[in-house]
Amino acid sequence: MAEFTLPKNSKIGKGKHYPAADGATKTKKFSIYRYNPDTGENPRLDSYEVDLSTCGPMVLDALIKIKNEIDTTVTFRRSCREGICGSCSMNIDGTNTLACLKPIEDVKGEVKIFPLPHLPVIKDLVPDLSVPYAQYKSIKPWLQSETKPVAGKEFLQSEAEREKVDGLWECILCFSCSTSCPSYWWNGDKYLGPAVLLQAYRWIEDSRDEATGERLDDLEDPFKLYRCHTIMNCTNTCPKGLNPAKAIAGIKQKLVERTV
Amino acid sequence: MTVSSKKTFRSPLKASRGLGSAKDGTHHWVVQRLSAIALIPLSIWFVYALLTAIMADANAARQFVAQPVNAILLFLLVEAMLYHGALGVQVVVEDYIHKPCCKITALVVVKLGTVVLMAAAALAIGKIALG
Repeated sequence: MAEFTLPKNSKIGKGKHYPAADGATKTKKFSIYRYNPDTGENPRLDSYEVDLSTCGPMVLDALIKIKNEIDTTVTFRRSCREGICGSCSMNIDGTNTLACLKPIEDVKGEVKIFPLPHLPVIKDLVPDLSVPYAQYKSIKPWLQSETKPVAGKEFLQSEAEREKVDGLWECILCFSCSTSCPSYWWNGDKYLGPAVLLQAYRWIEDSRDEATGERLDDLEDPFKLYRCHTIMNCTNTCPKGLNPAKAIAGIKQKLVERTV
Repeated sequence: MTVSSKKTFRSPLKASRGLGSAKDGTHHWVVQRLSAIALIPLSIWFVYALLTAIMADANAARQFVAQPVNAILLFLLVEAMLYHGALGVQVVVEDYIHKPCCKITALVVVKLGTVVLMAAAALAIGKIALG
C-alpha cells in the first residue's frame, strides 16, 4: 500500500533550542529538520533564533548565518544563491521552493524548514536524488537528430520554433515539483514525475529533435506518464513559475493526436 | 553497510527504466474523458427523469422507462456510469495498491464486477422496455 504515515524511525522528535545572541534586535525563529544517519537516532526539529537585523533577506541567508554563527553541523545544499542552480530546493513553510528565492518576510511567524518530501534523507536538508536523476537520464535529455547541420554551422531554428521551448528550458531540475506531487509520493519508483516529464516535453517540442515518435513511445505508459492526475501541485509550487502540468498535458495531447 | 549485505546492485537507471514502456494508457485516458463528456447530458436527463418519477407511482415509472427513448437513455446512462466508474476505480487501485497479487486481484474484481453489473442493468432495463 501507499505509505500515509512516516515509518517508526522517521518520526520527528523535539530537538534543541538555540536562543538569540545577546543584543539581537529583530529575531525570528527557524525550525529545521535534523537527521544524522551516523547516530541512528530519529530525526528532530531544532529551533534557532536568528537576528534578522544582521541577516540577508532570503531563507538561504538565514541558513548560512545559522551554519556560520550558531550551529556548524546544519547540513544543506546550496551553490549559486540566485535561483539558477537548483541546489537549495527544500520545503519551507509547507511549500517546496528554493531557499535562495524565498524571502524570510513572506513567512508569517516561525519558519519551518524540511527536506523535499518523500525522498530518502541523506542528512538534515539533503535528500537522496539518485532516483529522480536516473529518471531524468532515462528520457534521453539530449538532441537526437540524424540530419546533420551544414558542416561548421549550427542547427537552424525559426523564432517561432524557438518560442516553443519557452517555459520549458528554464527548468533547473530542483525537483520541487516532483516531490510536491502525491502521485510521485505513492509511485515515485515508476511515475517519472512532473520535472522529468517537463524535460521530456522540452525535447518533444524542440524543432531540431527528430526522435519525437520514439520519445512519445517511451512515455506512453500507465505509470511513467499517466499517473499524472492533474493535481496541479507541481505548477503551484514551481519556484521558477513554470507550468509542468501544462507540459504533461501537451504530451498527453500529442499521444492522442497521433491516433486520430 | 558492507558490500555483501547490500540488498541490490542494480543502478537507479536500471530501476527507472524498469520493464520499459507498456505503450498503453492513451486509450484509457481518452475513454475516461469521453465517458465523462457523455455523462453530462445523460445526468441532466436523469435529473429530469427522477423529477418525473417522484410524481408518479411504480406503474407510471415503469411506463416512463418503457418508452423507447427513455429506455435507451437510461441504458446509456447506467452503462456509461459503470464504465466510467470502473476506469476511475482502476486508477485508484493502481495508485494505492502496490503488492502485485493484491493489485491484480483488485483489478480483476473491478473489471469483471463491472461487466456483471452492466449485464444486470441491461437485463433490468430490457425487461421493462420489452415488456
